[in-house]
Order: sequence, then structure tokens, then C-alpha cells
Amino acid sequence: MADKVLMKGNEAIAEAAIVAGCRHYFGYPITPQTEIAAYMAKRMPKIGGCFLQAESEIAAINMVYGVASTGLRVMTSSSSPGISLKGEGLSYLAGADLPSLVVNVQRGGPGLGGIQPSQSDYFQATKGGAHGDFHMIVLAPASVQEMADLTVHGFDLADKYRMTSMILADGTMGQMMEPVSLDLEVKPMPEKPWATTGTKLQRKHNITNSLSLDPEELEMLNFKRYERYKVIEENEVMYEEYMMEDAEICIAAFGIASRVAKNAITEARKMGIKVGLIRPITLWPFPTAPFKAAADKVHTFISVELSMGQMIEDVRLATECRRPVKLVNRAGGMIPSPEQILEAIKEANKNGGAN
Amino acid sequence: MVVFDKPHALNDIPMHYCPGCTHGIIHRLVAECLDELGIEGQTIGIAPVGCSVLAYNYFNCDMIEAAHGRAPAIATGVTRADPENHIVFTYQGDGDLASIGMAETVHAAARNENITVIFVNNAIYGMTGGQMAPTSLPGQVTQTSPYGRDTNHCGFPIKVCEMLSELDGPEYLERVAVNNVKNVKNAKKAIKKAFENQINKKGFSLVEVISSCPTNWGMTPQKALEWVADKMIPYYPLGVYKDRSAGIVKGEVKND
Repeated sequence: MADKVLMKGNEAIAEAAIVAGCRHYFGYPITPQTEIAAYMAKRMPKIGGCFLQAESEIAAINMVYGVASTGLRVMTSSSSPGISLKGEGLSYLAGADLPSLVVNVQRGGPGLGGIQPSQSDYFQATKGGAHGDFHMIVLAPASVQEMADLTVHGFDLADKYRMTSMILADGTMGQMMEPVSLDLEVKPMPEKPWATTGTKLQRKHNITNSLSLDPEELEMLNFKRYERYKVIEENEVMYEEYMMEDAEICIAAFGIASRVAKNAITEARKMGIKVGLIRPITLWPFPTAPFKAAADKVHTFISVELSMGQMIEDVRLATECRRPVKLVNRAGGMIPSPEQILEAIKEANKNGGAN
Repeated sequence: MVVFDKPHALNDIPMHYCPGCTHGIIHRLVAECLDELGIEGQTIGIAPVGCSVLAYNYFNCDMIEAAHGRAPAIATGVTRADPENHIVFTYQGDGDLASIGMAETVHAAARNENITVIFVNNAIYGMTGGQMAPTSLPGQVTQTSPYGRDTNHCGFPIKVCEMLSELDGPEYLERVAVNNVKNVKNAKKAIKKAFENQINKKGFSLVEVISSCPTNWGMTPQKALEWVADKMIPYYPLGVYKDRSAGIVKGEVKND
């Protein structure tokens, strides 16, 4: 078994990116993810890589666009307000079918919001995040180890499907320290014949572009992109089921919320309440199938979120509203307590699925 | 014997530019430089949003289409991806470079990114139909300054070369024009120097090309070129604003 080191979640992302072969990082300071930039600033010059502090989030994402055009692995990271600024670039990356890794260590919003943990960018991340029809692969780690694992996986998926992978973490995940193994499996990078690295006068010129003035052509490009998304929905869904075998109540939670929920489940089980958890690891593609299947067995779903209730809509869609879906939430940088979740479990157990 | 031919670095396809537009001349000058310096195969060009958005079809080298104003940031990524081998140029208009993309322009210059910026200043937004640009002259009538640019209301034009020359970063800044043969020849020299600087790893070179827009200025092509000479050049004096290697710094204009 590989040696483990004690690391902050943010640092684990940075080192995992380097393990994955990323040698270009561009970012702009924002709490609570600045450790990623600081780590990269130290490490990149020593391994022949490039860390550059950009003048803005907009510039950073466009520097990413530039490196991605040349086929190299590249990333940026930010927190909620900064991700909004990157929205333009995310849409262009999607339109040009460029791979990249973008990390969002979320904080409370809207506006300048606060600097404490949040999951309130769920809609932004999973429903597109900027103009036009597009998706990002959205990965939600729930431990420092997963911060590392999903970073490598995110690069692999980005290259495989020529799109952006987003690590949707939160301030807790970024700041907490846990033992982590960096013995990570990295898949070989696919060929990138589309890359703009100079023709060497050996081939027709490549063009990185998201403009199509012919609506029929643009429609066709959108159709093709969504065919690719369908393949992803069929093949790349990740989730964890916890104590779902005999569950009558199903909690839906990701990231830090899932860890709090597990504590509540332990307490509820001691009281004899049959409650389990489905933890989406990919938020897009959303694990629709396990929720749909769970709707045949459980009488109530409880969505636990650090937001005003965003993932709850996907749970309702996945379960086709066949069972009541309750919300347990805190917002603005607050985290639901195990007691708060336990109360909701007890309430659901008492009602047995009645609204 | 062929005495005049299309440069290899330009594709042999029709351009969409309006009659009398000087983009065609500037495209050709850039392409001639790529040919003469033998760098087409290692060059990545970055097209803007604006009239020259489709430049990615016209240049024969690898091309990237940028979001509006972001070309210098993208160029930063491309040059940093392979500093030894990549030659990178951006081709940008006045709205793109001096309005929405001003931050990207200034900071790429301040970092002395090893890129070449071709800045086409025709004092108007062409593609969207003739709105006021950051470089529109005081009093200039446009679709969004129908009574003439009122500097009390919307401020003054931005003189990009003068402004950037105050920065320690950039290597080379020159303003040229393409309204007559002499000026076209000078423009070619400046563009070539801007690419040579990049080959020699000297850093950020920007060539501002005073250009005409007969369609949106509402003039004949000939009148438009006269307007360049009579109105544009007096406001935007031609010359070298910075050439660090030649010892020209901080806005000392050297006119030929």
C-alpha cells in the first residue's frame, strides 16, 4: 500500500493535477481556494511547468483556452464569484470542444456572498453555467483522497470527451486535512490531431473555433455534442450507496453534506430507523438510475444541501416525483448539523411517506 | 515569371471584407512576413471578435478564434505552452483590443509576453454596423454617437501606443497606417520587426495600424483614405512609441 501524506484538500488537487501531467496553471486569488495557486506557484517552476497569476478570472480561463488549444493538460481554480467570471470562457471551451479542468471551491452567495462553505453553485455547474447548450462533467469529492482521485479522473474524462471537467468542492473540502495517497493511476492521453500547435507545413491548418454562422451547421454541431453527452450519461455516472439495502428512507447528499448525513444515519440506525444514502459523485451526469430504483423501495427522500435546495430538483426528476422529497439545508456558509438531519429522518419515519 | 503572387500564408479563398476596407492589405502584410521569415509552420494566429473574426479562414497557419477582447490572454496560453517553438500573433480591432479587452492588452504588455499584436484601429465598430469605438475621434458621427462624439458625455479616445509606452514591460510599440504606398511599406517593416522581435524572444510587440472603414464612415474608399490622412493621423501620430532594444522608451515618438 502506498504511503499516505497529510494534506489539505486544495493541495491534494494541485499535486494530483501535477501527477496527471498538468504543467500549466492559471488563476486569480480568491478565498477559499488560494492554496491551489500557492502550491502551484511553488511547484511548477521546479518541474518545468508554468504557474501564472492572471490579471483576472476572465484572463485566467482564456489562458486555459490557449493552452488547451495546443492539446496540453491545463487547469484553473477559483471560488464561486470567480467561477461566474469564468462563465464566458467555459462556454467558449464547450463551443470549441476543448478539454480543461476547472475547480470550484464553493463559498456562500449570491454576489460577493461570504467565504464559508457552500453548495449553492450546483445549478450553475450542472445546468451549463453560461450561455448556450452545453454541459460540463461535474465531479463532487467528499474527502481529500477524492479531491486527488477525481482531479486525475477529471483530466482523463476531459481529454476523452473533449470538454471541461469541473471539480465542484466546497470550502470545507478545500480546507480540511486528511491522509491522502498520491499513487494515482493516470491513463495515457489520447492523440489530439485537432490541436493548434503549428502546421509544420505538413497539414491543412487547424482552427480552434466556436463560431458557426450557418444555423444548420451550428444545429448539427449541437446535436453531435449532445450525442457525446448521451454516451457520458450512459458510461460515466459515479455514485456511492450507503446502507441502502434495506432502507426505507433515502438521503441524497454530496460532498461535505454526505459526511454529515452519514453521522445522522448512524444515529438513526441505532434507533432502528432504516435509512440509507445515495451520494452522487458525478453531479452531471446525475445518477438518475439509482434514485429511480430507490423510489421503488423507500417511502421518503431527504435532500441534504448547503444551499436553498438545488440538487433536490434533480432528485425529484430522477424519482419522477413518486415519493416526497424533503429538504434539509443550511445556506450562506452554514453547514447542516447531524441533529438537524436526524430530526428530519425521525419525522419522515413517523410520517412513512405521507406528505 | 510570377512577379506578384498571393503569399503562401494566405489561403486562396474570397474574403468577406467590404470594398475599400484595408483589412485585406493588413492581412497580406502579415502573411508576407510569415512567408519571408519562414515561420508559417510554427505560427498560431488568434482572431478577434469584430470584422476580422473570420481571419481564421484566411490565414494558412493554425488559427484560434477568441472570445471578444481575450486574444492576448489566449496568446499568453499558447506561447507559454511551447515558448521555444510557438510563434503567436493576435489580430484585433479597436473595440476588441481597447474596449472590452483592455485589461488583457495592458497585462500582456506589462508581462512582456513574447507575442505579436496587430491592432487595427479604424475608429469604429464595423461588424455590428458602425457604433462608437474607444478610438472614435471627438465629434465623430457614428450610430451610437449620432450627434458626434461628445467628449463631455462619453470621454476621449484612447491612444493605445502612447498609453502602453508608459509601461516598463513591452518591447516594441509602433503606429503605422495603410492609406498610401509609403505608409504601407512602413507598416510592413513594422510588422516584420514585431515578428522578428518574437523570434528573438524579445517579448511583446504591438503594431497599431490606422485603417479605414468606408462602409461605416459613410464615405467612398478614396474619401476614407483622405479622412485617415486628414483626421486620423493628426490625432494618432505615426511613429515608434517604444523600442527597448533601440533605446526608445516612454513615448518618445520617433517619426521618419
